[in-house]
Amino acid sequence: MSQGTYIKRHNRALQIYAVVFLIVLYVPVLFIPLFSFNDSVYVRFPLQGFTLQWYGELWTREPVWNALWNSVRVGAVVSVISTMLGVVAARAITRYRMPGKSALVTFIMMPLVIPGIIFGVALLVLMSRLGVPLSLYTVGLGHLIFCLPFAVATLLPRFEGFDPSMEEASMDLGENGWWTFWRVTFPMVFPGVVASLLLTFTISFDEFIMAFFLTGTDPTLPMYIWGQLRFPQEFPSVLALSALILIASFVLVFVAQWIGRVGLDQNKETP
Amino acid sequence: MVDTPHPNRSAEAGAPMPRTSRLTALLHRSEALRGYLLMAPTLLIMTLGIAIPFLILVAMSTWTRDGFGFDTTPTINNYLRVWTEPVFGALMTRSFWISGVATVATVILCYPMAYYVAFHVHRRKMLWIILMTLPFWTSYLLRVFAWKVILGYEGVINSGLMSLGFIEQPLEFLLYSQEAVIITLAHAWAAFAILPIYVSLEKIDRSLLEAATDLGDGPVRRFLRVTLPLSMPGVIAASFLIFIPTTGDYITPALLGGPDGAMIGNFIQLQFGPVNNWPMGATLAIVLMFWITAVALAFLFLTRALRERLT
Repeated sequence: MSQGTYIKRHNRALQIYAVVFLIVLYVPVLFIPLFSFNDSVYVRFPLQGFTLQWYGELWTREPVWNALWNSVRVGAVVSVISTMLGVVAARAITRYRMPGKSALVTFIMMPLVIPGIIFGVALLVLMSRLGVPLSLYTVGLGHLIFCLPFAVATLLPRFEGFDPSMEEASMDLGENGWWTFWRVTFPMVFPGVVASLLLTFTISFDEFIMAFFLTGTDPTLPMYIWGQLRFPQEFPSVLALSALILIASFVLVFVAQWIGRVGLDQNKETP
Repeated sequence: MVDTPHPNRSAEAGAPMPRTSRLTALLHRSEALRGYLLMAPTLLIMTLGIAIPFLILVAMSTWTRDGFGFDTTPTINNYLRVWTEPVFGALMTRSFWISGVATVATVILCYPMAYYVAFHVHRRKMLWIILMTLPFWTSYLLRVFAWKVILGYEGVINSGLMSLGFIEQPLEFLLYSQEAVIITLAHAWAAFAILPIYVSLEKIDRSLLEAATDLGDGPVRRFLRVTLPLSMPGVIAASFLIFIPTTGDYITPALLGGPDGAMIGNFIQLQFGPVNNWPMGATLAIVLMFWITAVALAFLFLTRALRERLT
């Protein structure tokens, strides 16, 4: 690919801007782990010395473990269901011509754009009219709506990226639709499935606004943190907990993005 | 082409088939039907989770609070209140103002970044994109919380400046202000701006830029006459993707806004929470939705007009 010489010329100012941009993007979040090691109840400079006591305190706290378990359960169920539905929907969107498809896709993608508070209160109203008590199930339903568009968006490029003639070849060689799916389609889209599972789990694990309206007596981890924000003396342990959540999310998402994209680029390179 | 059966599928349909599988045959023949069937579970959940709740929300907005229950006689009183009482209009205007400023700031700050990655990064492009979008996937609550730690009365900025001796008293305007909300929103939604702008920049045919150079345009004129107009679809998409969701944001104004920075989302939550006037909350949610739809349509027409001009 030939590129104009001016493009190859280094633009020093732009380069500095990009580095500063990345620093500004990450630094605010880094203050959370920084102060979680600070030996003081007050979150302020100067730092008072290194301590692990806030982490130790978390370890012994029953409600933290309960909230973590709630979040993991909801996240696991939501990620599996939304990814399964995402696979099926993404396949339908890419393989079949159907009237009104773009309207349907827009409908599915709506939660990406519309403020979560609208869905939160709408579901709350529905549940209360139906007399369904708020619980982790209602939170899960809220998260499912929120995660489905992400699952579909993650999986769509996978299905678009692979050649339908592979499936046709398998059918011609005598496999039925079911085995063609498991032996040809599924392995081809597998990286997308892993990426979608990880991403939707993280989204559900970190989601706040739906849980805020739909949680019953069992809080998820973000709801627990929200509750603790009212007590200034709890600030350091909230920071410790937040630092752990942030690290877990960063690792999960980085792996998901890597898996999700690496394979895609290879697909494009080998036509 | 729409209903032409697929070669191997027509072969299957041609095979002798028991009468009971007429439905299966129909499925095999109609591509659209199979597509709909595959989409059905997803659509069912989205209908259950979005369409039906929304209809009930619309119904509830016409009710009246009656003690701990509701008077379900339909009225438009809630809408009249929203229309006539200035507090609601002011709140709506403020929400749009805050997210509008945040949107413009985010797009302007992110454009050079997207430009850098699209035109000046040649190796490890993917790593850059992942690095730029990674924070976006982590907890929104915690990212907003981080800004509270930074802007707080005894936060990073105030205590840092004080221990360095620059100020005697903490700067009070940092926290609980519209500025705090705008800064936090701009920071939190950066990924939503970078990606669409990057995609539209990446799509630009490089030979157009070469042509502009060959015909004597300097870097600035080339940018203004070729790159910027061609990247406008990305800029518009980015603005849309930030402006719409931030108008209804709850966490940021709740943690950082204070009374001056409260937005419509906080007011909706109040109605469903402490104030306990659900019909009013439903009305506000519908009004917000109405404005969002109006803005979305405006964006749609803008994109259409732009596409016609570009092609």
